[in-house]
Amino acid sequence: MVEYWPFFFRWLHVLSGVMWIGLLWYFNFVQIPNMGKIPDEQKPAISKVIAPAALFWFRWSALATVITGLILAGFNGYLGDAMMLGLNTGVSTEAAIGFGMWLGLIMAANVWFVIWPNQKKALGMVEVSAEDKAKAARTAMLFSRTNTMLSIPMLYAMVSAQNYGY
Amino acid sequence: MKNPLESLHMTIVMGVVLTVALHLVVAAIGASAGA
Repeated sequence: MVEYWPFFFRWLHVLSGVMWIGLLWYFNFVQIPNMGKIPDEQKPAISKVIAPAALFWFRWSALATVITGLILAGFNGYLGDAMMLGLNTGVSTEAAIGFGMWLGLIMAANVWFVIWPNQKKALGMVEVSAEDKAKAARTAMLFSRTNTMLSIPMLYAMVSAQNYGY
Repeated sequence: MKNPLESLHMTIVMGVVLTVALHLVVAAIGASAGA
């Protein structure tokens, strides 16, 4: 039973992480590249319905992934050593999971403090000028792309910590 | 100059480059402890 709870939180961590990164990749691989192909009169279906719903699950699954990940690291006893990137212990798997954790934390901060506030302006949830709306849309897009870039080494770090000895 | 993050292909390429760098750094941390 003692070993059940680390497994349980790993399951929750993977579950919420799949939703977060899945939606991140939906935005970057599907929605953003194809917006230009949608006729103007049909664009509100994306900007007023699909994108706000996707962003809801996106930002809350990001938070859930961070919380379940921190609980999991605490259960496994490597939270502090991993946050130190394994430099204090020289254990490579702690370095790997540590890099993964820091990348995940940076990405989650991007979601909550940059992408979401700017998307609210870009999607018209917050009233701003047309110029500020365009600027917010570009900022949100670039930080979303940054997270897509970081997701590649983040997942490598997370998976290699479990499955490769270095 | 165009921001490389505007291109999805360049985003992926930069992600792969970062992954290679991460692998080398993690391996170096492990090797330094074993040395």
